Amino acid sequence: MAVRVQTEDFDAGAEIAVLCAASPEVGACASFVGVVRARDGGDGVAAMRLEHYSGMTEKACEAIVAEARRRWRLIDVTVIHRVGELAPGDRIVFVGVASAHRGDAFAACEFIMDYLKTRAPFWKQECTGRGSRWVEAREDDDAAAARW
Amino acid sequence: MAIRILYFAALREALGRPEESMELPESVGTVEALRLHLCGRSGAWEVLGRTRNLRMAINQEMAQPASPLKDGDEVAFFPPVTGG
Repeated sequence: MAVRVQTEDFDAGAEIAVLCAASPEVGACASFVGVVRARDGGDGVAAMRLEHYSGMTEKACEAIVAEARRRWRLIDVTVIHRVGELAPGDRIVFVGVASAHRGDAFAACEFIMDYLKTRAPFWKQECTGRGSRWVEAREDDDAAAARW
Repeated sequence: MAIRILYFAALREALGRPEESMELPESVGTVEALRLHLCGRSGAWEVLGRTRNLRMAINQEMAQPASPLKDGDEVAFFPPVTGG
């Protein structure tokens, strides 16, 4: 299990290859990649800054992964979340889940993302032509996390 | 009791500081009491009273308003998270 919070980009293909090779039991790997939108609502986004609470972020992500492991039969999990300055099109987050069968991998991957969005202390600030603004938390995200 | 307080994102900007250390009066024993104590500074600090769904953590774990404080705690105030 790996949780990494980093400024550098990641290679999703390489991360998936590591998960697939985690054990001879692996029969499925589900993954998610979040990307900075070039347009959010009406305004073009020139850049995004991701702030986090160093220390608590890692603990919160590890707790989410541990909860996923309690709920599903998982072989390995990788969570990577970038922080700092990002540009439109940049990758922000990677979640990869390896399991023996696809049902566990699909469900756990979505669960981890839903929980990350509502429980891990990251904050997005968008820079648009009209200045910078903090992204507002979305009620949809709370609803998505609540269904688990 | 001495504690360290951290502020993040829009709250950090509104308050003009990322953190501070503070000696608490005896009467401030919970994270909610601390929030009200800080609101009492007035001016920009009133943001701690009007931030919708203000989140609080003690020693890097999410806390409830009634969570007790003890000497040496690291307390954090922040808006709802928006990562992922």
